This record gives sequence, C-alpha cells and structure tokens, in this order.
Amino acid sequence: MNILVLVKQVPDTEAQIKISPDGKKIVSEGVKFIINPYDEYAIEEALRIKEKLGTGTVTVLSLGPPRVKEALRNCLALGADQAIHLVHENGNEPDSYGAIFLLAQKIKTLPHDLILCGNKAIDDDMSQVGGGVAELLGLPFVSLVTKLEVDPQKKSVVLQRQIEGGLEKIECPLPALLSAQKGLNEPRYASLAGMMKAKKKEIEEIKIEDLVSGGEIARKTEIVKLDEPPPRRPGRILQGEVKEQVQQLVRLLREEAKVI
Amino acid sequence: MSGITVLVQKKEKTPVSATRELLSGARRLKSSLGGEIAAIVLGSFSEEGASLLGSWGAEKVLHLDDPTLDTFNLDLYSHALAGIIKEQRPSLFLLTATTYGRELGPVLAGKVGSPYLAECTGFRAEDGKVLATRPMFAGKVSATVAVRGTPFLACVRPNSLSLEPATPQNPVVQKVSASLPQPRMMVREVLKQTSEMPGLTEARVIVAGGRGLGGPEHFKLLEDLARVLGGAVGASRMVVDSGWIDHQYQVGQTGKTVNPDLYIACGISGAIQHRVGITSSKWIVAINKDPEAPIFKIANYGIVGDLFEVVPLLTEEFKKLLSEKTAV
Repeated sequence: MNILVLVKQVPDTEAQIKISPDGKKIVSEGVKFIINPYDEYAIEEALRIKEKLGTGTVTVLSLGPPRVKEALRNCLALGADQAIHLVHENGNEPDSYGAIFLLAQKIKTLPHDLILCGNKAIDDDMSQVGGGVAELLGLPFVSLVTKLEVDPQKKSVVLQRQIEGGLEKIECPLPALLSAQKGLNEPRYASLAGMMKAKKKEIEEIKIEDLVSGGEIARKTEIVKLDEPPPRRPGRILQGEVKEQVQQLVRLLREEAKVI
Repeated sequence: MSGITVLVQKKEKTPVSATRELLSGARRLKSSLGGEIAAIVLGSFSEEGASLLGSWGAEKVLHLDDPTLDTFNLDLYSHALAGIIKEQRPSLFLLTATTYGRELGPVLAGKVGSPYLAECTGFRAEDGKVLATRPMFAGKVSATVAVRGTPFLACVRPNSLSLEPATPQNPVVQKVSASLPQPRMMVREVLKQTSEMPGLTEARVIVAGGRGLGGPEHFKLLEDLARVLGGAVGASRMVVDSGWIDHQYQVGQTGKTVNPDLYIACGISGAIQHRVGITSSKWIVAINKDPEAPIFKIANYGIVGDLFEVVPLLTEEFKKLLSEKTAV
C-alpha cells in the first residue's frame, strides 16, 4: 500500500510573530519552525497503517523553502520511507492555490493508495490543501478524521470523523485523501535509531519551477496587509467580597458589556 | 458576473442565524458589487424559511428541493453547488465555516476554479472588488486579503458579521434541479452526543475550564453555568491532554478558535496558545485563584478567587437575572 503524507512546516506555537516592515509577511528570522501539529497525526497514522499491514511505503511530501528539509528529515526519523521536497526559494512562496497545484502535479507522478494530511495548518488556518488537492486529483475527500480502519482487500476505508456535537461513521473507497484531526492517535517521538537511519535516507528535491515547465505559478490570493489584531479593551479585576464581586460581574455583563 | 450568493445553513427546514449574518454581510456589499442577493437552499425547506430569508435580505431563493440533500455529503453538495454557481455567475459566494462548510469550501472552489479564503471575519469593498479580513497565526495577526478572479468563494466564521435589521419582504423562490452523481463517500452512522449545547465555534457564550478544575467530575459546575446562559462548555489543552474531557471541547491554538460574545475562563492560567484561541471573543471573564495568571491580561473582567465558590454563585445570580427578564 502506498501512503503519501502531506506535511507543512510552520512557526512554533510559542513563536512571537512579528510583521515585516512592508506589512505583507511575517519576519521568519529567529523563528523556530516545527512540523504542523495536525500533520503529526497524519504521519503517525500512516506509520501505524504500514505497521499493521506489515507492508507498504510511507512517503512524506512537503512544499517549502530550504529550511523545510529539516522537517522532512524528522519525518524520516519517525519512520517514513521516502521524502520529497518541493522547493521554493525564500520570498517566492506560492499561495494555497499554487501549493495545491504544485502538490497535485507531483502526486500525479507517484503511486498512491491513500493520502493523509493534517486538518489545517496552524499558520494560515485555511484547511484548503486537503480538499483542494483531492479535487485536482479527482479523489474522494473526508476531513477531521478521528479514527481510521483500512481494508486493503476491499480497497476502502471505514472512518470516524468529527462533526458539531458528535461523530459520523463514513465509508470511502480508495484511493482517497483524508485529513487528520487531533484524537486520531498519539504521535510517536523519533528514536535514536530512527534518527541515525534518517541520515542515510535521501530527500528528493524538486524546484517548483521545474514542476510547471518554466511557466509561472498563478496566484489567486494576495495579502494586502498584515496588522496586529485590534487591541482588546483594558480589563479590570473586581474587588470586594466574593458575593459582591459576583453580583457586580453579572451587572457589568448586563449593563456594560450588554451580553446577557 | 455579478451579485452575491449565500449558501443557507438550516436546522430542520428553517435557516439558522449564521445565515442571517451572511445575508447581512451581503447587503452591506451589494451597492459596491451590484447584482442580486440570492440564497441557495439544498434539501427540504419551508415557506416560512423562505420568508425569513427574504426578511434577512435575500432577493431570490434558489431551492434544490431534493431530500437526498437533507444530510450533508461532500460529493453531492459540491457537485450541485458547482452547477448552480456556474449558471448564476455571482461575483461573491458565501458559506458558513461549520465542519461541513470548511470541508465543502475548498472542494467547491476547486470545481469552480475560483479563489477561496477560509475563516473570513469581515469584508469591505474597494474599487468594485471585495477585500476580506481573516485571522492568521492563530489570531496573532489580522490579514487583509485580495483575490483574483470570480466568483470569490469565502467561508465565513460564524458570529463575526454583524446583523442588519430585518425588513419583511417576500423573495422570488425559484426551484432548481440538478442530476446528482453517485457519491463516493457514504455516511453509515451518525453518533450524536445528546447535548442541547451549541457547538463551540458557533456558541455565543462559552464557559471553559482548565487545570484549576482539579478533575473531570467538576465540569458539571461549568455545564450548569453554561446551561443557564444557553452556552457551550470548553476546555484548555491541559485538561484535554489529561483525559478529563474529549478533545472536541479544546479551545486554543491546537484546538478550536472561538469567537463568542462572552468567554468565561475558569481555572485557566491562560498560556499564549490558549489566549490566541479566544482573543476574538467580544468579552472575556477570568476566574482564577492566582492574581498573576496571564489570563487576566486579556480578560475584560477578572475575579481572583476560588472557582468552586465563584461559579455556583454566578450560576445563581444569572438564574435570578434571567428569570426576572422573562417575568417582565
């Protein structure tokens, strides 16, 4: 079974985000980058499926600048068999539409029975790549998967996915693209042996320009401006006896905030 | 291409208030974009529902009256809507960022070949084009984004667009049809939690608990308060990771980003990853024993105290206040 995992490198959750002087992007110098947390569930699930079936390959695929190689090396250390890096040089970053197009172009050349990705990337929160790539490849797509069972004989999966206030049990034929939600599994840590093996595995590098045979990668969205979020009204800590504070709070919520 | 089309989200056979938000947004953009405001309904719908849509601003209701569409299916919905969009040719298409909306948006945009933006919290028109505002980096940044091409497909965060006053009017209701494909993915079973509580991302009020709760059994306190306020229960990452409550209740950077009118944080210290998930809340109340807890930095009102004392008192006070309200 050929399993592909789409992985994105994103700023660490604790990173201080600074807006660049031109106001159109964030400053990446000094920022620590990590594998997108939701993608970790996807990688882990791919490895578990391979382990359960006793056969298959797990290939991780990532689009990004040169620093992304480190994230791919980590994926190999976790147990992925192959890694592919679609490289764009710093500053020439495609938008989601471009990313979807480039990833799909490469995936078309790879055998794939199942493609997994994270539900969303914590930097742009678009949740677009999974569905977008599935659509370009003509694959069925299900998001927010919290439980997955693969039936290679039936060439289908039975999964559970999150909906508001509950779960849906869905059956879907393979090949398919599924996005992982927190709760799908507990991602493993790389072992020392894994890290040593990873050093010997090759990361295939492809410049994005070579995927579009010299053509331009179109953009459909453009960041006009990045701003700090509007500042919150300064708050206050209430005083007095607990009972008084509670009564005051309720009054404030009714009369000042007008939310009750 | 002109006009704004909105996908109606419904409960039983009537539209929900999140759809009123979309139509309100559409009304504010209409003068700049021109054309008609249309609302698309998939599946069973009532006449009252159509009138409601009219009063919210829909000039035309396109109704695909096929009961197969009463349950969401990505293949069926994306196919049906792509057909309608290609025929109607709006310049802007809005849908609400529910679980289904977030799944449908990218696939529909792919089918129609249009630019797409998710988690939009606002719009404005400039030179006949629409600019969208959306949070990025878990809300640490607010982005203004322009798109190229039409229609512009925008998935809108609930409880973000302000409401316009309702003006009673009857829209033109047009039945549309589509030949639906055989869907590939099939829903075999729906396991719904029996809860009258609204979903976290749509809730107007959220009562959330953190480490200060001390254990899973104490969520009952928060449920009682949430129930009185008609709200939902949320949780910090710490208590989810400790197994006190299911991860679907997690609020924060690796959980849900919420934007209720009121967020009450009980026993939550307020690490940055939690704060970014709640920073779009209109009003934040923090209850914590520790006066230095970072949550107080973003709270509008703070009570330094024991939540086991404060929360039940709050529930009592709100009960009193809200029963007075209905006695009038």
